Amino acid sequence: MKHYSAFAVAREALRYHTGWERAWRSPEPKKKYDVIIVGAGGHGLATAYYLGKNYGIQNVAVIEKGWLGGGNTGRNTTIIRSNYLQDPSAALYEKARSLYEDLSQDLNYNIMFSPRGVIMLAQTQHEIRGYQRTAHANALQGVKTEWITPERVKELVPIINLDGPRYPVLGGLWQERGGTARHDAVAWGYARACSAMGMDIIQQCEVTGVRQENGRVVGVDTTKGAIDCDKLGIVVAGHSGQLAEMAGFRLPLEAVALQALVSEPIKPCMDVVVMANTVHGYMSQSDKGEMVIGGGTDAYNNFTQRGSFHHIEETVRALVETFPMISRLKMLRQWGGIVDMTGDRSPILSKTPLGGCFINAGWGTGGFKAIPGSGWGMAQLMATGHSPLTEAFTMDRFKEGRFIDESVAAGVAH
Amino acid sequence: MLILNCPYCGVDAEETELAAGGEAHLKRYGPGSSDDEFHDYLFMRENPKGVHFERWRHANGCGKWFHAARATDTLEVFGTYSAQTTEPPQEIREAITAKRPGWTWREFE
Repeated sequence: MKHYSAFAVAREALRYHTGWERAWRSPEPKKKYDVIIVGAGGHGLATAYYLGKNYGIQNVAVIEKGWLGGGNTGRNTTIIRSNYLQDPSAALYEKARSLYEDLSQDLNYNIMFSPRGVIMLAQTQHEIRGYQRTAHANALQGVKTEWITPERVKELVPIINLDGPRYPVLGGLWQERGGTARHDAVAWGYARACSAMGMDIIQQCEVTGVRQENGRVVGVDTTKGAIDCDKLGIVVAGHSGQLAEMAGFRLPLEAVALQALVSEPIKPCMDVVVMANTVHGYMSQSDKGEMVIGGGTDAYNNFTQRGSFHHIEETVRALVETFPMISRLKMLRQWGGIVDMTGDRSPILSKTPLGGCFINAGWGTGGFKAIPGSGWGMAQLMATGHSPLTEAFTMDRFKEGRFIDESVAAGVAH
Repeated sequence: MLILNCPYCGVDAEETELAAGGEAHLKRYGPGSSDDEFHDYLFMRENPKGVHFERWRHANGCGKWFHAARATDTLEVFGTYSAQTTEPPQEIREAITAKRPGWTWREFE
């Protein structure tokens, strides 16, 4: 792998950019790997990366049905924050956020991490109490957040309307080191680093079966033939249920559509991320100038990767009241992703009933922010059999009543 | 937009008139059941990529609960039927079979 640097840009500029090589190889699968990861999204690639980097396990394949980073990794609204209520969540998301801080240097790939700050608006009395509670919890967890007044919100977001008749802004939970990153670049950066370690990223290769002997996984059947492995990691978001069925167990997940949209690009007008959970809307401005807007999930099971129009209408209607200037914006694109939701709205990072098979799923509407921490913990779990980051997120926590209940803590938009 | 025909008032109701109620035909477990049965009843849901049976309520209409048979991979609706039943009626099953031969869902086919 050639190192990316200012010098490399200058060198290539002098030879008409003919010297750049492909960021990752596209090999045919080998007969056998130590570890196979199914799903080349952010979480899968990060898992592979930290298996190699932290544990020296580099005989790894990452298998992808479609194209790399083409699922929810390329469809989310790129928000990074760690202001969660419950201790296990705060630990996992804060690990991820802190890894994002120098991920560009670590991967030698510019993921454009922008710690511009995230405000979660309180627009009801209930939210004021909830976010103040979260701020106190974060103080105890060592996550830097603070409760801010409406006046401070207005300073940070001049385009906001504090006095909306239905949804006045009563304050906010402010995380100064939250922000955004380029979502595609996170997947591409991890993929390039994995490939450089000798790992095989195999795209356009669908897993059709999980082969097992004596209660242990021994490989997978794919559209490119059978591939053997010692350990298997299933990291496929919306299709986790289908993969789990092949592996012979069930997951407490339901797949629903979550959608987002972007406006035409405009001049810089908002340099923080604003989330308004009461009205199911959140917004930030991309580096291109587009206003990136996300909403709530559809209420019913759906695998079509498109959302319903009335949810967009609801989201935009509410945001227009809080940000009157966006009423003049044209919306350019709208898309949907399939998110896998658990009963307590927290993910599952766990061993499974099948020996040697691990699952990383259930990120619901908030997986992007967790990618580095998720990969870090999942790699530790797969390599050593235990990770303090993931130990609370086992798939049997529902039976044992150990919920990590963020559905109340986070309102809705996760 | 999803449009379901309410079998009670006969209205073709748009999604905004309806409230989704989750998986249909759940078997309820009471006192004396095992931990596994309670776990599955409370948390495990069918999550098929294909034929699915759901409960819906005509919330901004006649207010009645009913059942719908849908495909989650295409958003196609096979039919709606009364809430007063513990399994999909024969005509609904036939309507699904006409379009998706060999379908199964839980113990039904």
